[in-house]
Parts: sequence; C-alpha cells; structure tokens
Amino acid sequence: MNIVVCAKQIPDPAEPGELDPETKTLKRDGKLILDESDMYGVEMALQLADNAGGGEVTLVSMAPDNKVDGIRTGLAMGAAKAVLVSDPALAGTDALGTAKVLAAAVGKVEGADLVLTATESSDGYTGTVPEQLAELLGLPSVTFAKHIEIADGKVKVQRQTDAGYDEVECPLPCVVSVTAGVVEPRYPSFKGIMAAKSKPLDQLALADTGLEADQVGWAGGGQEIVGVEDAPEREAGEIIEDDGTGAEKIVAYLENLKLV
Amino acid sequence: MNASDERPFGVGDPRDFLEIDALLDDEERMLRDTVRRFVDDRVLPDVADWFEEGTFPRDMAKDLGALGLLGMHLEGYGCAGASATAYGLACLELEAGDSGARSFVSVQGSLAMFPIWRFGSEEQKQRWLPPMAAGEVIGCFGLTEPDSGSDPASMRTTARRDGGDWVLNGTKMWITNGSIADVAVVWAREPETSAIHGFIVPTDTPGFSAPEIHRKLSLRASITSELVLDDVRLPDEARLPEVATMRGPLSCLNEARYGILWGAMGAARACYEAALDYAGSRIQFDVPIASFQLTQRKLVDMMVKVNKGTLLALHLGRMKDRGQLSSTHVSFGKMDNVREALWVAREARGVLGANGITLEYPVIRHMNNLESVYTYEGTNEIHTLVLGQAITGISAFRA
Ligand SMILES: Cc1cc2nc3c(=O)[nH]c(=O)nc-3n(C[C@H](O)[C@H](O)[C@H](O)COP(=O)(O)OP(=O)(O)OC[C@H]3O[C@@H](n4cnc5c(N)ncnc54)[C@H](O)[C@@H]3O)c2cc1C
Ligand SMILES: Cc1cc2nc3c(=O)[nH]c(=O)nc-3n(C[C@H](O)[C@H](O)[C@H](O)COP(=O)(O)OP(=O)(O)OC[C@H]3O[C@@H](n4cnc5c(N)ncnc54)[C@H](O)[C@@H]3O)c2cc1C
Repeated sequence: MNIVVCAKQIPDPAEPGELDPETKTLKRDGKLILDESDMYGVEMALQLADNAGGGEVTLVSMAPDNKVDGIRTGLAMGAAKAVLVSDPALAGTDALGTAKVLAAAVGKVEGADLVLTATESSDGYTGTVPEQLAELLGLPSVTFAKHIEIADGKVKVQRQTDAGYDEVECPLPCVVSVTAGVVEPRYPSFKGIMAAKSKPLDQLALADTGLEADQVGWAGGGQEIVGVEDAPEREAGEIIEDDGTGAEKIVAYLENLKLV
Repeated sequence: MNASDERPFGVGDPRDFLEIDALLDDEERMLRDTVRRFVDDRVLPDVADWFEEGTFPRDMAKDLGALGLLGMHLEGYGCAGASATAYGLACLELEAGDSGARSFVSVQGSLAMFPIWRFGSEEQKQRWLPPMAAGEVIGCFGLTEPDSGSDPASMRTTARRDGGDWVLNGTKMWITNGSIADVAVVWAREPETSAIHGFIVPTDTPGFSAPEIHRKLSLRASITSELVLDDVRLPDEARLPEVATMRGPLSCLNEARYGILWGAMGAARACYEAALDYAGSRIQFDVPIASFQLTQRKLVDMMVKVNKGTLLALHLGRMKDRGQLSSTHVSFGKMDNVREALWVAREARGVLGANGITLEYPVIRHMNNLESVYTYEGTNEIHTLVLGQAITGISAFRA
C-alpha cells in the first residue's frame, strides 16, 4: 500500500501573519510548519500502511524557497520520503495552479495506490485543491473522509455529512480528502526526528514538472487580488433590557438568525 | 557598521532575550518543540490535580517511551541515541511542565537504565533495556538510606554471598518511583570485601517491599518511597558485573544531575513567564503592576537569570557532546542553576501576590518542587564543596 499525502507548509498560525502590501498575499518568508490539517492525513496514511502490512508513505508539497521544516515533521512522524516543488516562478500560484504542480509531483511517485489531502488548508482554505488534483490525475475522489479502510483494491470511506456519515466505496487508485480531527496525529518520536534528515527528499524546480511558467504563478492565475481591506469593526451589539419579555426577545433574535 | 548595529533600539524577545534558539540546529528545535507540545497537551492540563492528589499517572510511562524520552541519550537496545544537548532540551521542557515529570524521566533513563547500559552484562541489557525504553517496565534507583544521604559511602545495606546467590538486607529512603517500579537498581555493600555492588532487583522478589512516603509538600506529582530489603535472595546474574565501587552509583548521579541543570531552567522559565504575564495584566493603583519600577527590577532579574542559566546549560551540553564535560562542570551547573531557579520561583511567587500561593498558577508548585531538586542529586552544599575542592585543592567534606 503506497500512499501519497499532500503536505502543505504554512506560516505558523500561532504567530501573527502579515500580508505583503505589494502582492497582497500572505508573507511566507519566515519559517513554515506542517499545516495541522495535513497531520491527520499523515497519521491516517501511516496507519493504513501499517494495517496493510507495509508500503511507503510519500509526502508531496509545493512551497517557496525550498522550505522543508514542515516536511521534516511529516518525515519524523514516519513518512518514508518526500517530493518538494519550489521555484521562484511559482510565486502567486492560485489553487488550480497548485493542483497542477501537485499532480505533476504525485506523478513522480511510483506505484501510488492512494492520494490523501486535507479537506482544506488552514491558511488558504479554498478547499478546492483536492477535487482539482483528482481531475488532473484522472482519478476518482471521495471527500470529507472520517474513516478509511482498504480491502480488495477498494477504499471504503465513512464520508462525513451534517447528519452523520455516508458509506462510500471507490476503486483504487483514488484521491481522498480527510476531515480535520478524525485521528490523533502521533508526536514525532526522537528516533523519527533523527532519521528524518537522512530520508530521501526529491527537490524539483518547475522545469522538472513539465509545466510551463505561464501555467502557474501570477501569469497562470485566473484571478487577481485587486485590493485588501481590514475587516469591518464589529458593530455594537443589541442590548435587551429584561422587562419580563427578555427571554422571548432572545429566542426571537436567534430564530431570526435561524439558530434555533 | 554591520547589520546588528541597525537593529532598533529598545527591542528584545521577552521569551528568548539572548536568542538562544538560534544556537540550536533544526533537529534540536524539532525535538524541543515536540516535547513542549507533549507537555502542553499531556502534562499541563492535569498536573495541578496530580500535585494536589500526590500522584503521578503511571500510564504516562508508555507515552514517554513512545516519544523516545526514556534513556534517550543511550545508544542501542531500543534507545533513541540522541545527543546530550537534545537530552538536556527535553529535560528543560519537561520540567517547565513539572519537576515530577522530569524526575520520572531522569530516574528511568539516567539512574535505572544507565547503570544497566554502562555496567550490565549483555544478557541484562537485552532483557531490561528495550522494555524500559518503551516505558513498559518502570525502574527506580536505591542509593540513599535513612542514615546515609550526602555521604552515600556510609551505606549500611548489605549484600552477602550465600552459595551462588546473594542475600540483600537494609533500607533505602526517598526513592523516586519506588512503589510503582517493576525493577529496582539497588546499591549494597559486600561486608567481607567492602565492595559496592549494584543489583537489578525485580520488585516482586520475596522480601522486597516499597511503602510510599506520604505528607510531602514538594514534588508531589512524583512517587517517593522507602525500599525495604528483608533477606532478598538474588542469583549472581542480578549483579551488575562491570563495577564494584562507589564509581557505579556516582556515575549514574552525574548523568542525572546533567539533566537537572537543564531542567531547573525549565521550571525557572515557567515561573518567569507566569510572572511576566501576570504583571502585564494585574491592575493596581490604576496601572498594570508591571509599570512599577520595583516589579520591573524583579522581572528583569528573573529574565536575566533564566537566560544566563539556559546559556550555561547549553554550554555544558555542547561540552558533553564533545566529550569534554567533567563531573565538576556538572556540579557547577547543578549548584548554580537550581539555586537560581529557586530564586526566580520565589520572586515570581511574590509578583503573583495571593494568586502566587494557589495551584491555579504554576508558580508555587514549581517553587515547592525546586526545594527537592535543591536537595537531591547532591545538595547545594555538597556541590559547593566539590567546586571548593576543585579550585583550592583542599577537601572540606569532613570536619
Ligand atoms: C492569488 C493567489 C496568490 C497566491 N500567492 C502565493 C504565493 O506567492 N506563495 C505561496 O506559497 N502561496 C500563494 N498562494 C496560496 C497557494 O497558491 C495555495 O496553496 C493554493 O491557492 C491552494 O489553496 P488552498 O491552500 O486554499 O488549498 P485548499 O484547497 O484549501 O487545500 C486543500 C488541501 O490540498 C493540499 N494542498 C494545498 N496546497 C498545497 C501545497 N502547496 N502543498 C501541498 N499540499 C497542498 C493540502 O492537503 C490542503 O489541505 C496564493 C494563492 C492565491 C489565490
Ligand atoms: C523528592 C526526593 C526524591 C529523591 N529520590 C531519590 C532516589 O530516587 N534515589 C536515591 O537514592 N535518593 C533519592 N533522594 C535522596 C537525596 O539524594 C538525598 O536526600 C540527598 O542526597 C541528601 O541526603 P539527606 O537528605 O540524607 O541529607 P543529609 O546528607 O543528611 O544533609 C542534611 C544537610 O546537611 C548538609 N551537609 C551534609 N554533609 C555536609 C558537609 N560535608 N558539609 C556541609 N554541609 C553538609 C546537606 O547539604 C544538607 O543541607 C531523593 C530525595 C528527595 C527529597
């Protein structure tokens, strides 16, 4: 069972993020960490490979400046190897461009039976890359997985819904996006941490992916960020004086918001 | 003019003023961050309850083992084989949680596993070290006795030969993990030869018991016990073959003390940060108490001591990794870092006012814990005498 996990490296959400006034995008020049959303995918992949009695977990990532800190966390958790695509020409790449790059990177991994992603990243959270990736790879896909089982060349997925979950089956190979919080990601062990730096890390430039500069980056983006504005100040709330009808007024207010 | 001259006036990271982080490599940082996350997730939410109830959750041993924290600086036999610096960083982060958690790891790795790893036979290593590294088997270390503390060579516990066996008699005191241990490394004197032997004693051996010591007001999130050895019969295979002098137990203590000189700075950091946060938000006389010069002096002294002590620990760690660290260097670190940590904890306690005496804040827990750390693994006085002898050439241990 060879599993590829998309591992996005993002600025630490614990530190205040900053926008670049020039490009109007998040500054990514500091340290990048493994997106917590992807830790669930890594954990699930490690468990699936374990249960299948073997196989490799490979990480694929696109990030600026050959940043590897986040990937190393995934390798320290137990992934066997990683593919990183980094190129100055990728600055400004939008979600579809990202999916193209990731599809090319997945293509470099031999014998991948399953591709896992998160349902959405913690910084960009368009939530569109998984489907785009599946389409570009020509693979079927299942979204919002809370549990995955593999048997007889198929995945059986519990697909989270508002009411509970659907049971979905899909032939391998395929792309599955994993809901955050459904497994408990392991802590990297010290042995894992020490082994991580000697694990194979394939660093690709744009030219190695077979994509052209005008398919990605600012040039390839089908969109442009024309302006960035601060969120509007929160308006003062409504104060309800309790003259005996306070409870009713609150219920009416919540009903209005369709919350009750 | 170079780049550093251009850094703006009056700025500094309150949590890492001397930018010690930059002195670590990526691997050390990842390891440190992992332990910090573990402590945030698994120790801090519950440690006040453990302290209040006087317990340490035994099942945490397996989690510590899975991380690789147990015997992490030893090579082979399921141990992680990390550097001394990495071991130190882990001790610092654990003790920023609680000295009890760090004590557990120190005892298991440096006091129970280390003697087996260093002085044991191949069979002993194969049998004991892998399950101890995994946290499946818990160890303890019995050296101190009711009448033999700072002068352990005066121990009265005996090991007499009886045919091919050994028979142990005596009492050990203040033994961390004693009542939850599966195996005890016990040091005893052979009366005929005066040799000091180490024995690996499974705690279910007839004649062995480990009553817990209660009513402690320090290191409460840690189990401390007496070990009673009443005609405990052991085969010769239970004896550590490679040492027969006080060098055995003393070399273990040297390993553990090395971890303590790091750990103490974790406790100190936690106290300083608690005081800094508190002083910024507590309003009296219409201003945050951090506005008062008297408070600023306290915060600055704490910050300086935490930075200096951490730098000292890192320096000693790098020396140990280069094979240049002597036991007197370790005495320097243990003596000074623990007393400074205790100073910081007491000062932080004052800054928190009445809140400084409750378990709602970490400070008094650390302060009380550090009173044990001040005493065990060589008291502050004993390390002072070690250093005094080193620089004067005169031993002052005996009146
Ligand atoms: C106009 C624009 C400009 C941008 N400029 C830059 C820039 O200059 N530099 C820059 O680094 N980013 C930039 N980004 C963000 C970057 O392109 C995003 O990675 C991309 O848009 C994917 O969007 P998302 O994070 O919302 O993906 P989502 O669809 O929310 O992601 C779902 C999952 O897909 C996988 N995934 C997504 N992205 C990656 C990745 N990069 N590597 C591995 N797995 C991944 C993860 O598993 C993720 O959880 C820009 C985005 C836009 C829209
Ligand atoms: C919580 C806790 C856990 C412990 N865990 C363990 C353990 O796991 N295993 C173990 O073997 N031991 C353990 N100990 C014991 C610890 O190592 C001893 O308490 C320590 O060595 C001091 O011995 P003592 O308490 O008998 O004090 P004493 O040696 O009686 O000392 C009393 C005082 O006299 C001073 N003093 C003694 N000699 C001199 C001198 N020559 N000159 C000047 N002053 C002197 C000391 O500094 C101290 O201030 C633990 C202790 C505590 C509190």
